[in-house]
Amino acid sequence: MPIELLIFLTVFTPALAGGLNLFFSKNPNVRDTVTLLGALLTFYFSANIFLGFDGQATQYRLATIMPGIDISFHIEPLGIIFSLLASGLWILTHIYAIGYMRGAKEKNQSRFFFFFSFSIASVMGISFSGNLFTLFLFYELLTLITFPLVSHKGSSEALRGARVYLSILLGTSIGLQLLGIIWIYFSIGTLDFVRGGILNGSFGSLELMILVGLFAFGIGKAALFPFHRWLPAAMVAPTPVSALLHAVAVVKAGVFTVLKVGVYIFGIESLSVSGATDWLTSLACFSILFASLIAMTKDNLKARLAYSTISQLAYVVLAFSLANSLGILGGALQIITHAFGKITLFMCAGSIYVATKKTNISDMQGLGRVMPITFLSFLIGAISIIGLPPMGGSWAKWFLILASLEADKQFVVIVLLISSLLNIAYLLPLVAKGFYLNAEDQKEIESYKEPSSFVWLPPAITASISFLLFFYVGYIRDFINNFGLVG
Amino acid sequence: MASEIKQGTLDFINHLPILQVITPMLIAPVLVVLNNKTLSWLLSFVGALACLLISVLLLQAVSDGSTLRYYLGGWVPPIGIEYRIDAANALLLFLISMISAIVLIFSYSSLHAEIPEDKHTLFYACFLLCLTGLLGVVATADIFNVFVFLEISSLSTYVLVAQGSYLDRRALSASFNYLIMGTIGATFFVIGIGYLYMATGSLNMMDIAERVSQLGQNRTIQAGFAFIVVGMGLKLAMVPLHVWLPNAYTYAPTVVTCFLAATATKVALYVLIRFVFSVFNYEDSFVNELFFLLLMPLAIIAMIAASVIAIFKQNLKKLLAYSSLAQIGYMLLGLSLMSQKGLASSLVHMVNHGFTKAALFMSLGAFMLNTKNIYIKSLKGLGKSMPFTSAAFVIGGLSLIGVPGTAGFISKWLLLEAAIEAGYWLIAILIVVSSLFAVIYIWKIIEVLYFSERAGSYREVSVVTLIPIWILALFCIFLGINTSLTVDVANIAADVLFN
Repeated sequence: MPIELLIFLTVFTPALAGGLNLFFSKNPNVRDTVTLLGALLTFYFSANIFLGFDGQATQYRLATIMPGIDISFHIEPLGIIFSLLASGLWILTHIYAIGYMRGAKEKNQSRFFFFFSFSIASVMGISFSGNLFTLFLFYELLTLITFPLVSHKGSSEALRGARVYLSILLGTSIGLQLLGIIWIYFSIGTLDFVRGGILNGSFGSLELMILVGLFAFGIGKAALFPFHRWLPAAMVAPTPVSALLHAVAVVKAGVFTVLKVGVYIFGIESLSVSGATDWLTSLACFSILFASLIAMTKDNLKARLAYSTISQLAYVVLAFSLANSLGILGGALQIITHAFGKITLFMCAGSIYVATKKTNISDMQGLGRVMPITFLSFLIGAISIIGLPPMGGSWAKWFLILASLEADKQFVVIVLLISSLLNIAYLLPLVAKGFYLNAEDQKEIESYKEPSSFVWLPPAITASISFLLFFYVGYIRDFINNFGLVG
Repeated sequence: MASEIKQGTLDFINHLPILQVITPMLIAPVLVVLNNKTLSWLLSFVGALACLLISVLLLQAVSDGSTLRYYLGGWVPPIGIEYRIDAANALLLFLISMISAIVLIFSYSSLHAEIPEDKHTLFYACFLLCLTGLLGVVATADIFNVFVFLEISSLSTYVLVAQGSYLDRRALSASFNYLIMGTIGATFFVIGIGYLYMATGSLNMMDIAERVSQLGQNRTIQAGFAFIVVGMGLKLAMVPLHVWLPNAYTYAPTVVTCFLAATATKVALYVLIRFVFSVFNYEDSFVNELFFLLLMPLAIIAMIAASVIAIFKQNLKKLLAYSSLAQIGYMLLGLSLMSQKGLASSLVHMVNHGFTKAALFMSLGAFMLNTKNIYIKSLKGLGKSMPFTSAAFVIGGLSLIGVPGTAGFISKWLLLEAAIEAGYWLIAILIVVSSLFAVIYIWKIIEVLYFSERAGSYREVSVVTLIPIWILALFCIFLGINTSLTVDVANIAADVLFN
């Protein structure tokens, strides 16, 4: 199939699946099977794009809105990786969501799956965007489409969380990012993504620094301090949303945008020469440590994972700010390995909730012995997030450390090490308490058992992939290097 | 008929400028004579469609940057009255005709809920006169003719607004308030025209422009300009001359509100633009200072303050009315940047906001058909029981906020670009802040629509009501993706006006 058709299909299929969700809303089994088919097809199409990719970054223009502003698509290694990641994990999350939504007896399931599929469609649009305008279009679409998912429960608490979510994401993107985009358009006359960047020295060093700020803060989905508050607020959403969207799709759309803007708009060469990102390095380091410290104070499991996500996202912003090829590679690997690790953790949190209705870590003592698969998956995911071998996450940290040495910023190495220690301190106690301690009322704990296989199987799979990534990371590195993204 | 531009006296296209204006004017008395409710709707609708057709033809004829001139009665200007159509007013003529046609579809199903049936004929006659006035103001190149048509449209508007009194008696005081303010505005305007006539001895725009440039700095002309700015400021609801607008929009029948919100203030702004660029010298330091020191700050105050007020309004029509004030601020700001880009953004926003606000007011009207109430609480849970109307409202709301992919985004983009071009970074940030306020007040409504428990059981409105709403909603999206109608024409118009 021609590439442009494939790109269209990856965006269109999830949207179609979403539409069919409403059509089959009377019959949940048919509805969920159709969506599963949609997820499989989307993955198949993006896999085909991956296989058919020959390193040519052609722009496919769909429509011209104003001179220099088009809706256009192109394919490049980062986008391929992101689309494979999101569509692949969508399959697992969908299976999980079927089990979760039915197990937790959530209302309005058709509306839920409708918006869920549509948000995947906009994620696909983000990954293949050919210019900043198209990226911005799908970025805003994703914010709006995920709003009904966050506010799904309709309670006043859910609405309050969703309001914070929307106001921060829209506020930063309209208030800062849009200004940056228009500024670039006004100065350069184009917004196309071009390898090596398009700025070509049109901005002075101070202007460049401001522009970096407009994007680093304006891409609110990257949850950089001080615009991180939306992520914990969004945890009122049902767990599948937290798992796929707020551990993978939405937040990764944010950091993906950061990397993409860094590589294809700013150009890492000119960034490293100008030093416009030095301040961002310090801020990202602060964000990493700050979020980890807050995570330690949270007893609610999902809140703790949310702060852990903020900290891990700052790794990618850090990778961008180091502005060298090793950093971009480390950032890309961080996107992949963190996605598998964090989705595992969230799905485990969800299966504990479905099985026991417990959300606080202090109530989970002794639970590991009755839910061994869930807790083992959690352990594997946690080790990958911490960055210890033999899990995939260790490679991301490895390249980030190399990159910070290359950028001659030794303090970053220390920050990364402290962060790993903090990760251990807030992720592993749950597993330890789950297996080794007894609850006050151990009888009650022993009355629980693993929920349906729909719920425990997906995290077990993602945990296994986290493990496998450790051994196959070479392929990803070669893929990125061969196609000259960072070479 | 003397025409210097195109030969052949029977050439149809040469007569379009006058046909555009007199078609609704001639139909209006016929309605009163026939005095039949259904027939008068049908005739008005046919008239509006004819206007639409004419405006499309005109737009096509001038979209290459040319000008169509028509001499009324064959009298050559500056003695006779001239109608002159270029890209700028052709765009406005299209907007007005299009909105009137769409609004008339809506009135077919909604009017009986607001006005007693025996008054329908008179209502439609008034509506057509208002349409005549607006089209005439835009088409003519004679400044006294502008005043005459302005009064035709204003007087019929006062009547139309007062029609809301069958539902709420406060419409009468709103209309009276509007009458007083509008008349003061018209008086200022005509005094300004008087000064111009005194100084130049002419009423034709082109002619005055020539003589003004010969006169150089002239106190009489400056005074005339100041009077005209204040007079039009009242008509276009420039803060702080806006006090008539919120009540007039709130208590008028929905059909009237839709029509006025989408057209009336834009026409007044157009007159201001026309005077600045085609009558006065826009490079004149007095004109520039007046815009920079007076209109720009007022536009920014409107943008911010009206948006903040809108956030706290519970009455939805009032909320949208205040949002209109803020949007007028955008248009005025674009104009006061005094650059080609700024002017183009202002023109584009007139069209985009016209469709957006009409879509919002009309879907609000559809909600009101069911709930008989205009307070935000009455919309609880309607997202489920009236899915199509609610979806159209959401689209209009997104366009008002300026989400990419909608019409509002295009105008915001152009305005921001113009502000950055002029180097006004602070203003660019204020524009952005104002659109974030729009997020708050629109989202407040969307939340009530979709995420609250249902208050009563309502059914979706009829298809006839949905059609015009969705035409407008689709326009909001279409104009966000295809900008050949708005941006290209506006750029040509700005080019024509600047040269």
